[in-house]
Amino acid sequence: MELTGAEIIIECLKAEDVDYVFGYPGGAVLHIYDAFHKQDDVKHILVRHEQGATHAADGYARSTGKPGVVLVTSGPGATNAVTGIATAYMDSIPMIVITGQVPKPLIGNDAFQEVDSVGITRPIVKHNFLIEDVKDIARVFKQAFFVATTGRPGPVVIDIPKDITAHKVDFKYPEEINMRSYNPTSKGHPGQIKRAVDIVLGAERPMIYTGGGVILGNGSEQLRKFTKKLGYPITQTLMGLGAFPATDRQSLGMLGMHGTYEANMGMHHCDVMIAIGARFDDRVTGNLEKFCPDATIIHVDVDPASISKNVRVDVPIVGEVVQVLDNFNKALEQTDRTPNAAALEKWWNQIDEWRSQDCLKYDRDSETIKPQFVIEKMYEVTKGEAFVTSDVGQHQMYAAQYYGFDEPRRWINSGGLGTMGFGLPSAMGVQLAHPDDLVMCVTGESSIQMCIQELATCTQYGLPLKIINLNNGYMGMVRQWQEFFYDKRYSNSHMDVQPDFSKLAEAYGHVGLKIEKSVDVVPALEEAIVQKDRLVFLDFITDQEENVYPMIPAGAGMNEMILV
Amino acid sequence: MRHIISILLENESGALSRVAGLFSARAYNIESLTVAPTDDSTLSRMTIVTSGTEEIIEQINKQLNKLVDVVKLNDLTQDAHIERELMLIKVQATNEARDEVKRLVEIFRGRIIDVTDTTYTIEITGNGEKLDAFVEALSAITIHEVVRSGLLGISRGDRVLS
Repeated sequence: MELTGAEIIIECLKAEDVDYVFGYPGGAVLHIYDAFHKQDDVKHILVRHEQGATHAADGYARSTGKPGVVLVTSGPGATNAVTGIATAYMDSIPMIVITGQVPKPLIGNDAFQEVDSVGITRPIVKHNFLIEDVKDIARVFKQAFFVATTGRPGPVVIDIPKDITAHKVDFKYPEEINMRSYNPTSKGHPGQIKRAVDIVLGAERPMIYTGGGVILGNGSEQLRKFTKKLGYPITQTLMGLGAFPATDRQSLGMLGMHGTYEANMGMHHCDVMIAIGARFDDRVTGNLEKFCPDATIIHVDVDPASISKNVRVDVPIVGEVVQVLDNFNKALEQTDRTPNAAALEKWWNQIDEWRSQDCLKYDRDSETIKPQFVIEKMYEVTKGEAFVTSDVGQHQMYAAQYYGFDEPRRWINSGGLGTMGFGLPSAMGVQLAHPDDLVMCVTGESSIQMCIQELATCTQYGLPLKIINLNNGYMGMVRQWQEFFYDKRYSNSHMDVQPDFSKLAEAYGHVGLKIEKSVDVVPALEEAIVQKDRLVFLDFITDQEENVYPMIPAGAGMNEMILV
Repeated sequence: MRHIISILLENESGALSRVAGLFSARAYNIESLTVAPTDDSTLSRMTIVTSGTEEIIEQINKQLNKLVDVVKLNDLTQDAHIERELMLIKVQATNEARDEVKRLVEIFRGRIIDVTDTTYTIEITGNGEKLDAFVEALSAITIHEVVRSGLLGISRGDRVLS
């Protein structure tokens, strides 16, 4: 049967098992919106700004592992989506972004709402397509979903001229896919795996360092088995939190600029590092010249370009985390060798000594609300079981440090791009994917204002998010750097004019509460959770000059942390 | 160090800008780039001359391989290979220069492919150094225009990029 291009798009989304599309209509996508109107298999979530659509799809993807899908119009629709696409790209999140385009005969004429979407998004996508014929739609969608979700995942943009969505052709969704130029490696090299296992078992001061790749690759179970079997310490990046339980003794917490003292000291002094699905980001390594001077480095990653990009590694293994860890685990079962117990005991003693520094201590008795206190109480009240999204800045670090994530895909934040405005819309995507779970957005008075319009989307779809606004009246991380490195010249970081957030939440039809004393923190959190079906906006007025500790200052090594 | 990277890529609109964009986005250096369809019209063959440390060259190779449009690539400089460049050059050819240019063209095994009362247009192929030497040899002559193709490369022996 002949279908229009617009109807074919819907059929492709159905074939890919898409349940939600996050979008915003406009001239170039009107045919597609009309096709949406005639069906209800694929639900459309109307956001209030295209950036919100991309972050919502992103949150959906991070919390489920399925690709998020976005639909926006040409021109400003596409450019508004750019920040969200780049956010997904930097954190390797599978996403399909359908952008409308002006009709094909008008392309290049500076037509109304025309931009070169393929050109603009090229550096921030895994791949993109401009569809030039209605016959190509089905094939392109099949390829787009395949590329977005395999290998190192990432966003894929499909740009579709309006006239093509009206053309008709017989529809058949391809069952198979054949791309001669795209074959991601899945299995690690057996020789390298053997070599790695030998080195791992010979370690005296081992460290397992894992990143977002373990979560993206669904390798959490295999990682737990591997780490437990060896009894080695493990540290996780901001993106990797939850792959291994934070509450387990072997977990040293997060590493990097605001990681724990024990994790960073452990990294610096280790003799064997097993890096899995992590990319040696500059926020992790500190000064590369001082990075892990004694370590023999094993690096497992699905992306060959991540290996030896920033740090030379000794045993590179390109492959999917699950497959490689399965091979590691098999090898560990088959060998008679065991870890060096005496050396390991000594190593753990050293680690416990670092741990005894209690690097995350702060004034727990403060009458003024400490931001760390809010997160700690939030953890206690939710028993660590909430999905937590965050924006970017101090509150993001506090959430990562003080909310112990025991499960993967529970901690949703923009690590690579560091996108303020991510928290609220991404929480919407998480809540839609997990309607019965508690979803909390940790944010600050500055970040939240970047996508605050999405409070209306939450009203429309009845999304009962709990927004934890750590309101210190500053762009806290900017202020912290200005305090440390610019002699307290707080240039433009003071958010001294703010809306009354609780009233604002009410104006959107939600519940808003302002909390100003430490004693009121727990009751407020409990109240928010009791209001199961309502979005509750908790505006915590926190200590204005609290800093995130510990910290590796720029240019320093991992062993040169500033403690409280 | 200088490297010559040979790439087979999908002959699709946008493929060239993906490669060029990768180099500019990651601040890699391009000395020259040539591209044209091959005998298989769905594929283009590209030759890129670049330079950098071993680490950077390794990254360039890996990042290029990641591009979905790149089917295959090979760093020609790792093995024996042949390099060629084509140059078209238009010079003033009056009085004594008319004979002098003709002699130089013969010595460098070029060809004069267009003639007017006052100019010659010369075609010459070879590696970059030879072409540089030819331009140098013409130093006493007025050069009107120089057009160079950028480098083309192919492996020696039975090695094939396919």
